[in-house]
Amino acid sequence: MRSANSWQAALIEDWRNGGFGLYLHWPFCEAKCPYCDFNSHVSRQIDQTAWQVAYLSEIERVGALTKDRVLNSVFFGGGTPSLMNPDLVDAILEKIRDTWTLANDLEVTLEANPGSVEAGRFKAYSEAGVNRVSMGFQALNNRDLRRLGRIHTVEEGRRAFDIARSTFKRVSFDLIYARQEQAPEDWRAELTEALNMAVDHLSLYQLTIEQGTAFGDRYNAGKLRDLPNDDAAAEMYEITQEVCDAFGMPAYEVSNHARPDAESRHNMIYWRYGDYAGIGPGAHGRLTLNGKKHATEAFRQPNLWLERALGGNGDSVVGALTPQDMAGEYLIMGMRINDGIDVTRFEALAGQSINQDGLRDLLDWGMVTATPNEISTTRAGRMVLNAVIEKLMPDQ
Amino acid sequence: MTDLAHIRNFAIVAHIDHGKSTLADRLIQSTNTVSERDMKAQLLDSMDIERERGITIKANTVRIDYVAKDGEHYVLNLIDTPGHVDFAYEVSRSMRAVEGSLLVVDASQGVEAQTLANVYTAIEADHEIVPVLNKVDLPAAEPERVAEQIEDVIGIDASDACLISAKTGVGIPDVLEAIVKRLPPPHSGDRNAPLKAMLVDSWYDSYLGVVVLVRIMDGVLKKGDNIKMMQTGAKYGVDRIGVFRPAMQPVDELGPGEIGFLTGSIKQVRDTKVGDTITHEKKGCEKPLPGFKPSVPVVFCGLFPVDSAEFEDLRDAIEKLALNDASFSFEMETSAALGFGFRCGFLGLLHLEVIRDRIEREYDIDLITTAPSVIYHIFMKDGTKVELHNPADMPDLSKVDHLEEPRIKATILVPDEYLGDVLKLCQDRRGIQEDLTYAGSRAMVVYDLPLNEVVFDFYDRLKSVTKGYASFDYQMTGYREDHLVKMQILVNDEPVDALSTMVHRDRAEMRGRAMCEKLKDLIPRHMFKIPIQAAIGGKVIARETLSALRKDVTAKCYGGDATRKKKLLEKQKAGKKKMRQFGKVEIPQEAFISALKMDD
Repeated sequence: MRSANSWQAALIEDWRNGGFGLYLHWPFCEAKCPYCDFNSHVSRQIDQTAWQVAYLSEIERVGALTKDRVLNSVFFGGGTPSLMNPDLVDAILEKIRDTWTLANDLEVTLEANPGSVEAGRFKAYSEAGVNRVSMGFQALNNRDLRRLGRIHTVEEGRRAFDIARSTFKRVSFDLIYARQEQAPEDWRAELTEALNMAVDHLSLYQLTIEQGTAFGDRYNAGKLRDLPNDDAAAEMYEITQEVCDAFGMPAYEVSNHARPDAESRHNMIYWRYGDYAGIGPGAHGRLTLNGKKHATEAFRQPNLWLERALGGNGDSVVGALTPQDMAGEYLIMGMRINDGIDVTRFEALAGQSINQDGLRDLLDWGMVTATPNEISTTRAGRMVLNAVIEKLMPDQ
Repeated sequence: MTDLAHIRNFAIVAHIDHGKSTLADRLIQSTNTVSERDMKAQLLDSMDIERERGITIKANTVRIDYVAKDGEHYVLNLIDTPGHVDFAYEVSRSMRAVEGSLLVVDASQGVEAQTLANVYTAIEADHEIVPVLNKVDLPAAEPERVAEQIEDVIGIDASDACLISAKTGVGIPDVLEAIVKRLPPPHSGDRNAPLKAMLVDSWYDSYLGVVVLVRIMDGVLKKGDNIKMMQTGAKYGVDRIGVFRPAMQPVDELGPGEIGFLTGSIKQVRDTKVGDTITHEKKGCEKPLPGFKPSVPVVFCGLFPVDSAEFEDLRDAIEKLALNDASFSFEMETSAALGFGFRCGFLGLLHLEVIRDRIEREYDIDLITTAPSVIYHIFMKDGTKVELHNPADMPDLSKVDHLEEPRIKATILVPDEYLGDVLKLCQDRRGIQEDLTYAGSRAMVVYDLPLNEVVFDFYDRLKSVTKGYASFDYQMTGYREDHLVKMQILVNDEPVDALSTMVHRDRAEMRGRAMCEKLKDLIPRHMFKIPIQAAIGGKVIARETLSALRKDVTAKCYGGDATRKKKLLEKQKAGKKKMRQFGKVEIPQEAFISALKMDD
């Protein structure tokens, strides 16, 4: 237990603690997937020129707040950013280079739909400065791709992946498991097939039924049948760890696996509770300004954001986070990764110490390991992370 | 002041829903006792809970002026009695204050168990009884068949029963005439004799203090009189006297045969003993009226505030309710599991529910209610006898010689198609059949049952196996020795006192297994596996294991999710506050009651 004085003396929050990244949200898709609860919209008429003006203006505004920083990462997320014209991507990256000092190993990721049209744009994205793509593959059989509402086929996906592999230095793809009618052994086979594609980064998500999505409605109506039960889903998670370990791609976060040094640097900024600027409809940011972490949130509705961004500011919310907010967020984010959290930094953010009773119990039960200054989950603890975080939260 | 020949005092005996309160309303309305403007349905049920549940809890009374067909002016005093078995004592004392009863039976349903119990009480009190068949306007009404049933089952003449519809008003004039023609006036009453009045009921009114309902036998009671309670010896000055119409209306005096109220310098309801005889302080009467048996609580349970900070509020609420309900008892209780609360005694389960509902609603306090228990008599080896109200207080077994438990005589009326299920239920609850007779297509079964098998969920089970068609009533019959043991529940190897129960040894394994299985479903999974055991003494008789939480992790969590996930975490943490902590295990509140319910 530290005294209040030593908390004050502890380090002041600094953006360098977790790095600095820029997230850009492109809110449009060709079709809305039934499981997706992201801020994505289907629109036939998009004036990419107007959007370009808005993005550039927002970069300039945010850049003014954060000018002396070294930028570690840029991430184009969505929606489907591979629907962006390469010219637009190029203009944005050009503006970014003018605004911030770039890290030597700057990571520039673009989320891509693994379709043939997108693959045709890969070369141009690469020339604009994108050096990593993350592909929403989701499943390796066509029946399940259709069920997930995906518009690509496995064959198209594989071709797109091969093109990406020869175009970009780093390629990742996503798969969703615990799908309807999927047995644990089906998943083992599918995952093995994915690993054999010589990928160096995989995001492997258990299907989560979110309220307000088409799947959510069908689930509530009792029409989303044959989903694996909790035990089968837990078994699939365990299979995921086992198979990926054997391929030399251990988990570095709950759902993310990579070869050494192939981790997503951008996402690591989130999980290290670093600073990130969020630009585009509904994008969130966390920025340390004058030693205090602030939350930002942009207008969600695309046209509204566009109008506001063109008018000079796309953010709907900006506010300093309370110590309780920061304590919760740092735990939620930090405990997801192998490194876990830094105890001194937690105390500096939270203004109080971690829940000591909870920590003692978690150590007893083998859910976490702790050194004097670090707490991280064991594999067992990671599987019940929500319960672990709750135990570690201070009571007040 | 009305002479005796023009007074009729009566009660209404009816089963819930058979239309007692509606008939009372109709009588009040047709004699213009209340103006149309003030008329609201169920005038006499004044508590919200009474109106909501369609039951009467406290006796109420109303004075009705009636001009009969013969042109004479009569005063009718109606005492509306509770219909539920829990309040049987209220019924019996109200009956002692009047000379006749209307027996109201739903012409489409027939006689029910509670009607039987109450009509027998009326017969015991030497009442004249006028049968009234209600709801004759319903297509399903069978007045002839029901009249026959009344004659068969109750044994009174029903050939000249009034056929009415309290809802539409049909037959109401006949009822009024029958009251004056067929019910007797008060048997005796000497205006010049010393005051002799029966204390029928009393309650607390926030404006007037304690209000006492009295029936004058002899003499005259006036405002300003100094009175004496013969049993307690307490003396009071009378501030006010009056009658209910049904609102309070002051009068100058109350004479023989009349029913009315008095208020005085009485502080608490507890200072008035129902059944006591009231007389004047000077020149009092010599012989008191025979008293009533005081009502005693038979069912006990713990009431604990969900939020321990509300303990003082709970104390306040319980004290206030007890002010107006002498049959409700309480004392402080400390539970290792639930903290500070109260052990409360009730007349029965409905009484328990009514009090609990009133605390939660009128005082806005969330409660944890522990399993209801009865009073066991424990005979110790040293010859002493201990009354056990709470299984947690069970003395060391090596010092106990034997135990006795309270038994009841249960009367159940049920359509014959459900008879088999009812018999099975009674047998499963250790019942001994005493009687089984038929009246038409309905069976009447009488069982000798242990009260502890009935207090918990017997009535719920009965309702569910008979789809609500059975009616049920019971009377306490006495104590009998049986092989009863205290069963403890251990969660994660620690005993949870609030889950301790007394069970019959032969049924302990079955009950223990059922409780462990229930708890396994009620307690959420934790990060470790949790043994749940039932034990008698040190011996485990049933065991279940709640397996450890296997997976509880959010699949995706990126920059935009921090805010949302944090809110979720806060919600989760708030939810946990509603749990009770036992060692490392969190048990949800509803588990304390749900675990005991047997789904048979």
